[in-house]
Amino acid sequence: MPNSVPSWSPLLGRLSLDVLPLHEPIILVTFAVVALAGGALLAAVTWFRLWGYLWSEWFTSVDHKKIGVMYMVLGLVMFLRGFADALLMRVQQAVGFNGNEGFLPAHHYDQVFTAHGVIMIFFVAMPFVTGLMNFVVPLQIGARDVSFPFLNNLSFWLTASGAALVMVSLFVGEFAATGWLAYPPLSGLGYSPGVGVDYYIWALQIAGVGTTLSGINLIVTIVKLRAPGMTMMRMPVFVWTALCTNVLIVASFPVLTAVLALLSLDRYVGTDFFTNDFGGSPMMYVNLIWIWGHPEVYILILPIFGVFSEITATFSGKRLFGYASMVYATVVITVLSYVVWLHHFFTMGSGASVNSFFGITTMVISIPTGAKLFNWLFTMYHGRIRYELPMMWTVAFMLTFVIGGMTGVMLAVPPADFVLHNSLFLVAHFHNVIIGGVVFGTFAAINYWWPKAFGFRLEPFWGKVSFWCWVPGFWLAFAPLYVMGLMGVTRRMRVFDDGSLQPYFIVAALGAGLIACGIGAMLVQFGVSIARRESLRDETGDPWGGRTLEWATSSPPPAYNFAFTPLVHDLDAWDDMQRKGVARPVAGFRDIAMPLNTGTGVVLAAISTVFGFGMIWHIWWLAGTGLTGIVVTAIVHTFNGRRTHHIAAAEVAMIETARTRQLAPATGA
Amino acid sequence: MLTAALTLSGCDWVVMNPAGDIARQQASLVLVSTALMLVIIVPVMALTVLFAWRYRAGNTAATYDPDWHHSTRLELVIWSAPLAIVIALGSITWLATHLLDPYRPLSRIDATHAIAPGTRPLEVQVVALDWKWLFIYPESHIATVNELVLPVGRPVRFHITSSTVMNSFYVPALAGQIYAMPGMETRLNAVFNQTGSFTGLSANFSGPGFSHMRFAAHSVDARAFDAWVAGVRRAPGALDRATYRELDQPSEAVPVRHYAQVAPDLFAAVVNLCVRPGKLCASDMAAIDAGGGTGAAGRFNVAALVYDKNGHETVVSASPRLTDAGVNHFVRSWCADPRPWRASVATAATTALPSRPFS
Amino acid sequence: MTTLPLTPYNPPYDAAALTATHYDLNEADHPEGGSTLLGFWIYLMSDCLIFAMLFAVYGVLGGNFAAGPGPRDLFDLPLVALNTAMLLGSSLTYGLAMIAMQRGHVRGVQGWLIATALFGAGFVAIELSEFAHLIALGATPQRSAFLSSFFTLVGTHGLHVTFGLVWLAVLVVQLAQTGLTAANQRRLLCLSLFWHFLDVVWVCVFSVVYLMGSLR
Repeated sequence: MPNSVPSWSPLLGRLSLDVLPLHEPIILVTFAVVALAGGALLAAVTWFRLWGYLWSEWFTSVDHKKIGVMYMVLGLVMFLRGFADALLMRVQQAVGFNGNEGFLPAHHYDQVFTAHGVIMIFFVAMPFVTGLMNFVVPLQIGARDVSFPFLNNLSFWLTASGAALVMVSLFVGEFAATGWLAYPPLSGLGYSPGVGVDYYIWALQIAGVGTTLSGINLIVTIVKLRAPGMTMMRMPVFVWTALCTNVLIVASFPVLTAVLALLSLDRYVGTDFFTNDFGGSPMMYVNLIWIWGHPEVYILILPIFGVFSEITATFSGKRLFGYASMVYATVVITVLSYVVWLHHFFTMGSGASVNSFFGITTMVISIPTGAKLFNWLFTMYHGRIRYELPMMWTVAFMLTFVIGGMTGVMLAVPPADFVLHNSLFLVAHFHNVIIGGVVFGTFAAINYWWPKAFGFRLEPFWGKVSFWCWVPGFWLAFAPLYVMGLMGVTRRMRVFDDGSLQPYFIVAALGAGLIACGIGAMLVQFGVSIARRESLRDETGDPWGGRTLEWATSSPPPAYNFAFTPLVHDLDAWDDMQRKGVARPVAGFRDIAMPLNTGTGVVLAAISTVFGFGMIWHIWWLAGTGLTGIVVTAIVHTFNGRRTHHIAAAEVAMIETARTRQLAPATGA
Repeated sequence: MLTAALTLSGCDWVVMNPAGDIARQQASLVLVSTALMLVIIVPVMALTVLFAWRYRAGNTAATYDPDWHHSTRLELVIWSAPLAIVIALGSITWLATHLLDPYRPLSRIDATHAIAPGTRPLEVQVVALDWKWLFIYPESHIATVNELVLPVGRPVRFHITSSTVMNSFYVPALAGQIYAMPGMETRLNAVFNQTGSFTGLSANFSGPGFSHMRFAAHSVDARAFDAWVAGVRRAPGALDRATYRELDQPSEAVPVRHYAQVAPDLFAAVVNLCVRPGKLCASDMAAIDAGGGTGAAGRFNVAALVYDKNGHETVVSASPRLTDAGVNHFVRSWCADPRPWRASVATAATTALPSRPFS
Repeated sequence: MTTLPLTPYNPPYDAAALTATHYDLNEADHPEGGSTLLGFWIYLMSDCLIFAMLFAVYGVLGGNFAAGPGPRDLFDLPLVALNTAMLLGSSLTYGLAMIAMQRGHVRGVQGWLIATALFGAGFVAIELSEFAHLIALGATPQRSAFLSSFFTLVGTHGLHVTFGLVWLAVLVVQLAQTGLTAANQRRLLCLSLFWHFLDVVWVCVFSVVYLMGSLR
């Protein structure tokens, strides 16, 4: 496969029937399953005549709440795909012993672990945190929407467009087989002449543009649209972490954009940025991509720290301990995350002073992180902790994450990293912080804010089943990896010589199986909750005794979020209002200006997908048409003067009166 | 305590119980840093469990103070306790990183034996190929594939490079890893303290044959080492540049091979990407660049520069016009001329140049 | 952002007054586009980061001529100086367009925008001819890492200018359609930021790439 010179035709580029993986049964079966399930879904949508509803209420919506939910759905769907890749790897490594080649040939296996990493970071974790920020931030700051609602819709669809390209690569052609960061020269034209790396580049470029735009949008929203009285030091901690995360996004994703652009120039034009010959420097790619890559880690974890802060305070029935130090810790982490990138390649042969500098800066990050952990701890202290699902995930996080943090600091000691780098110990470490942090945090957040989003709570039984599968499943899957790392086993191996390792891999595979049960239980939880939504309904708008403004409005909130913008007098504004017994205004409603839905985002993203596909397959006419289409559509959009509409005061009054009636029995009045 | 932990860890855990002094120090660093962090991790986990249990909603006997959210004294503790740990660990890191710098010549054989004065380390040149390892012993002019034999107790200095993509040279029993990168040379100093047979591997993914990129690493006593060298010298093959280029073709799960002879300067040629005849060595290129390049006349040497940007194997040979002698003459003349770029501009003006340097 | 004082918690409190201090009962519509300039500014900073990257890459690879031509063999300083003058001139005409906008002269704004576009087009044309000349010499982006980073840095700037030209054209049409509306004034301000930003970047390109390259 490598080094085969692909044939090219003007009409179809590098596309031909040969690129369909008709000879690979695993992919064919996957394709059949996806086609059947997808076909059934499309048929159902058509049968129930939902296309119009989906188009006008969701796809073209500029409502930050709906866009947030769409991000979460995208993340969940891609999570299933990424997890399927994980299962394939676990099974392959559990059987690839004693000359048994397993069931995945190298060409396929290498794509699987690359796709797993790319999908989990870019199309699962990123949509999850972006979705949470989108949904929660405007509500928490008492705003009606984000600053640029159309841009928000476009950002989502660009992310979806990248995800679509990754999915297409499964069935048309191949994905990169280089590892998730595609180091050259392996990812260069010389060693990866196929379309795999091109899929990687364009999926990430298109999604990356969306992420950058969304970052700009949320920064401006937080800076400009806070409710009167909400000073910076009265912002909920989640908003603080969201602000820092989006600053990180805006200050790091352009680096990714640039470095991928340089890699594509090497591949498309034949330039010499990262080549071995002609004066190129592959090491520079490694440096540049990690200058993006390390902040990316904090982009994922910071909002999740915010989630845990909100949840711990709410379920302990207490104000967060050490709000100010929490804020400073977040800011310190944000700044420090730019001066640690080299710890990802101590083994490149930098001098001892350079290595120790980056090792020590890495350790310094553990100080604010540790402070955060103590703050949660002392929020629980003298609290009255209710163990609903969000709080269970939080405690599981605290116990799991400290171990991941500890192994992370071990890896930050350069000489120790020399023996642990690229080993399964490293794999266990970053899964420990990403699953124990981001994934647990997302589940906590889903359970916490679901009632706000949909107006009914998630059913706890299946949630607990999921929890008790996930947490032990995680340790079962990754504890053996820690051990094997100390046995000198390296990552990305497909087959093994040493038969004594097999039991460890079998245990890890069983752990992955348990996690699969956890995911299944969660899906059941969603289904059961939707079926029993009437009995789980949240009439109050504040099912958990929340403290921040999103709980001040109804569940689900009306399109305009707040009929009257709250005025903030204290941290934990909603708690403050409840304590003072502030009554909700029930009259004097006014017209509310809201942004109009638009299909431009969907159209732009669809053309971007086509453009990306054309570039990947060297179908130049298609790519050229796509690019022109993007520019023309964007220009036409600027001529569209109808951006806002008004929700009439009468309609607001109707919605709010219904809410008053709904509240009446709940408050016992 | 460390020895106890090492014994407990058992012989399977080669990283924690290695056979070389460097790896052993790295392992104890893993243990020390773990121990230091446990000082704070254990109390945190214990407190988490304690608070989570004690302040559960069902326990109405526990204090409930919803307005308690600040304590300067506690804040001081929660920031300074991790800071203290990091100061301790950071100091250890600074020292250990310098002491265990892979480029630093060894200062001891093990904890109790200093290096005898005048000891020269054994030089071993390592080339990561697709997908096997080539070891060249320049002192004895022999080479092996996928077999590394080292005399126990003698310092070894590895010179490491790669022929195609990035790999990582790692013998867990001996010492930590270091990247093997094309066009570059990295170094590693290490020593075996025990005899035995161990495994070495590439720890950085390098393509389809990566899983099989393993080799046997034998630590033997001095006599056995000499005997082994003598045995390799009696092997049939010699590793000249042509043989090397055949070996350089991608292959997987390659059995051990021995070469009784090695072309001189083969490793230098590999590092400089100029094993093929007629290629300009990277070091010469750097010298020319330092002098300002060759001006517009640069089209002459494009074929001499192509290494693998269009694929390692698709470039069959350099332009037939080019010979090593020709390239060497070219380099010498450029480097001899103190103002090469001026001369080049003069000659370039009279030469028609192709718009694309390669097709 | 005004800071409201902490309302003393002092019941019994007049319920209506309490509500009025905690909800903005007289809220007017927020003027549209109040955040646009801040958003655009942040976008420019992210764009600036891309240029910073390209400068860094040029800094690393700028000496790797791969035994080929270097800056002294290639750069035509007088031509680049002319090019710089073009771009500086376009910044001046854009400034005049902004003055015309403040005076409310639609025609004036359009005229100065067209002048800006002409300067910009001249800049792009000269840059393209420079590139064509280099490529004809054999100094293509593929020749060496130095040339790769040179073409990419300068070309990215040129692409930005080209994009600015398209934007200028669109704005001239929009001004003709709707005049100096709030939306169009906002667009003029954004494009102004963009255009001057490109000017600043070009000054850096001129100094770092051309001047320092020729002196090297």
